[in-house]
Amino acid sequence: MSKLIKLKKGIDIKLTGKAEEKLSDLAMSDTYAIKPPDFEGLTPKLKVKVDYEVKAGTTLFFDKYNPEVCFTSPVSGKVVSVNRGERRRILEVVVKPDSVIKYVEFKKESPSGLSRDEIIKNILKSGLWPCIMQRPYATIANPQVEPKAIYISAFDSAPLAPNYDFIVKGQESSFQTGVDALSKLTSGKLHLNINNKTTKSSAFTSAKGVEITKFEGPHPVGNVGIQINQIEPMNKGDIIWYVNPQDVIMIGRLFENGVYDARKIIALTGSEVINPQYYRIITGASLDSVTSNKVTAENNRYISGNVLTGEKIYKKGYLGFYNSQLTVIPEGNEAEFLGWGMPGLNKFSVSRSFISWLKPSKEYKLNTNLQGGLRSFVVSGEYDKVFPMDVLPVPLLKAIVIEDIDLMEELGIYEVAEEDFALCEFVCTSKIEVQSLVRKGLNLMIKEFS
Amino acid sequence: MKALRNYLDKIKPNYKKGGKYEKWLPVFESFETFLYVLGDTTPKKGAHIRDAMDLKRTMSIVVIALLPALLFGMWNIGYQHFLSIGQGQEVSFWAQFGHGFIQVLPLILVSYIAGLGTEFLFVYIKGHEIEEGFLVSGMLIPLIVPIDVPLWMLALANIFAVILGKEVFGGTGMNIVNPALLARAFLFFAYPAKMSGDKIWISGLESGEGVVDGFSGATPLAEAAAAEGNLDLFHAKYTISDMFLGTLPGSVGETSVLAILIGAFILLLTGIASWKIMLSVFVGGVSMGLILNGFASETNVYMSLPFYEHILLGGFAFGAVFMATDPVTASQTEKGKWIYGFLVGFIAILVRVVNPAYPEGVMLAILLMNVFAPLIDHYIIRANVKKRLKRIKVKA
Repeated sequence: MSKLIKLKKGIDIKLTGKAEEKLSDLAMSDTYAIKPPDFEGLTPKLKVKVDYEVKAGTTLFFDKYNPEVCFTSPVSGKVVSVNRGERRRILEVVVKPDSVIKYVEFKKESPSGLSRDEIIKNILKSGLWPCIMQRPYATIANPQVEPKAIYISAFDSAPLAPNYDFIVKGQESSFQTGVDALSKLTSGKLHLNINNKTTKSSAFTSAKGVEITKFEGPHPVGNVGIQINQIEPMNKGDIIWYVNPQDVIMIGRLFENGVYDARKIIALTGSEVINPQYYRIITGASLDSVTSNKVTAENNRYISGNVLTGEKIYKKGYLGFYNSQLTVIPEGNEAEFLGWGMPGLNKFSVSRSFISWLKPSKEYKLNTNLQGGLRSFVVSGEYDKVFPMDVLPVPLLKAIVIEDIDLMEELGIYEVAEEDFALCEFVCTSKIEVQSLVRKGLNLMIKEFS
Repeated sequence: MKALRNYLDKIKPNYKKGGKYEKWLPVFESFETFLYVLGDTTPKKGAHIRDAMDLKRTMSIVVIALLPALLFGMWNIGYQHFLSIGQGQEVSFWAQFGHGFIQVLPLILVSYIAGLGTEFLFVYIKGHEIEEGFLVSGMLIPLIVPIDVPLWMLALANIFAVILGKEVFGGTGMNIVNPALLARAFLFFAYPAKMSGDKIWISGLESGEGVVDGFSGATPLAEAAAAEGNLDLFHAKYTISDMFLGTLPGSVGETSVLAILIGAFILLLTGIASWKIMLSVFVGGVSMGLILNGFASETNVYMSLPFYEHILLGGFAFGAVFMATDPVTASQTEKGKWIYGFLVGFIAILVRVVNPAYPEGVMLAILLMNVFAPLIDHYIIRANVKKRLKRIKVKA
């Protein structure tokens, strides 16, 4: 019998625009792009130039400080541009696809017959390694170390998040192959965490070679960081890897077919999407190829990921590497007269100071307005209500503000990532940018110990 | 409203960088943000939606929660006044309320004008739009002073509280002690003649015009402290329902436990004040009350005052609900809040009964615990750190 962990702290923000469980294939995007800024702490070194012909699986760039970690093209075609930002930082490597995708051949063998090194090498070469993340710091895993354990969270509890039960449908065997491959990477356990109420797919509930733990409760219960903290809190020196279920499927397909098959399913969600549903795309598709004719008129914000942790992308942008969700919500760039004093039937707040709390099951159409101005920490106890970890959020944040490395370490910086603080940022009365602050702290630690 | 928005948009460039009044931008913004929740949007990465709660709403809800105590206080000021001149029965409710209203209104106006004026000076100096903390302080201060306090003293206390209580530390969120209580402490120690005694709690009593012979304006606490032999006389004069409803002399807003409880209900329902602190202050007060009852003797009658009367009298309830719960100066860790609240209540009653110089200990207890709150938090945080260190040791 697997263990059941119930969490109380947190909050489910109910938004309109949940994806219907219907899957459509989308036409190829005009261009595809891999974006180095998607990978926290990466210094990319280009391996291709404009006009190079690439196949799906050809390395576009690699990590300067970890050259074996490469980032490959999701499609075959021609590199059409390398877009750079300030100080010539590489922002996007754009590939124009062929009509039929040609693949680079990788090792095609059942992972059960392969050694740990062979598996790592195959994943590294295919460009799927960046899917494997590590804690502490929430960066790409370092292939040279062995983690204490590997975690897969089989559900996402964020607002409007995709249902992995639906995504894994028809790909159950690939998921299992992926799990088999990952289980060889650690001598510790491979944890698969499922939702006690919603996870039904047998791909998860009867996965082999994993330790299943059931979770129950409000968001952020689906965050792998929260789950690690509940199962075996991390200590200084521990390293844990974690992988998103969709990426496990891709790793599975690599060993089944011997190619980097970058097709994935995303949920197109949000109040401004006309018919929210699931689409099959290829990693790095352009925003336009996904949203054209599917959203309401204008003044929208496109978010690669969910509304709490995602990244805003511009009309000409591309979907993020890690995201299985695209959310479209209205921009809130209009001033509201006496907005702070209104009764607020359509305003969402965890405090019961707007009359909307009388309708707890209401679904909201929220916009991107900041709903106030930046202040210092004033209200106490807000973060604690939505932060189900044995870490004191505000003291840790203050330690980051003063850049006190020792104090950050004492207060548990190794156990957290910015996504775990997403709800703190949401509820904050003082409108403090908590997530970027946490990232600043993590980067400080990386710098200190590198 | 469109016209107002258009007007603001039209004049705003004058305050922007390079504009005519560029230095006044924070002042302009302070007013603008009162009129409008601005169209500022969330950053590119992070939480794209935000809770609709902001500091303006937090503070205005506290002000709303103070209204029952304020309105009751206005009526009670009038009621006590007419009682003192022997017209307790004849005067109508509205005449009583009207008298109180006229007496209290200047206190509120002076408090806000002096305090907010000082705040705006700092808005200009610091270059950050106004922080809303004073919205509450400016209302709290008139509620915790005697009605006849000279207005210039009140203004001085406000300025003192804003500057030395708050802005020298960096503004709302950074202060160590509750600014409203600091204002009161300032008055108490700087002008003791105007802040204590039997004559100051009822409007017009000091000037003495038309006061009924032998009328005492002493607060019940002062009478209990002065009681000899036993408390029978005291109990003959003051009933429990008087204490609960608040038809007694005292500071403007502190007397009615009923009105304060309505405010507490609003604060707890909206989730703005910590129920942990409120509850633990009362628990602390009751504990000390019971302990003192155990030591009561003929020679120290005050100690025999029942614990529930301690809770109902003086500023205890007001302090517990509105002062101790100030999130900035209270303990900020959840466990710390229990300790902090308990000690506030515990020490308040101790000071009240054991120290003969101060008939009321709530103000001093809260100020003292404000100073100790960071220490409590320190130990709670250290406990969390220790737990983490222990985990490593167990593993190793």
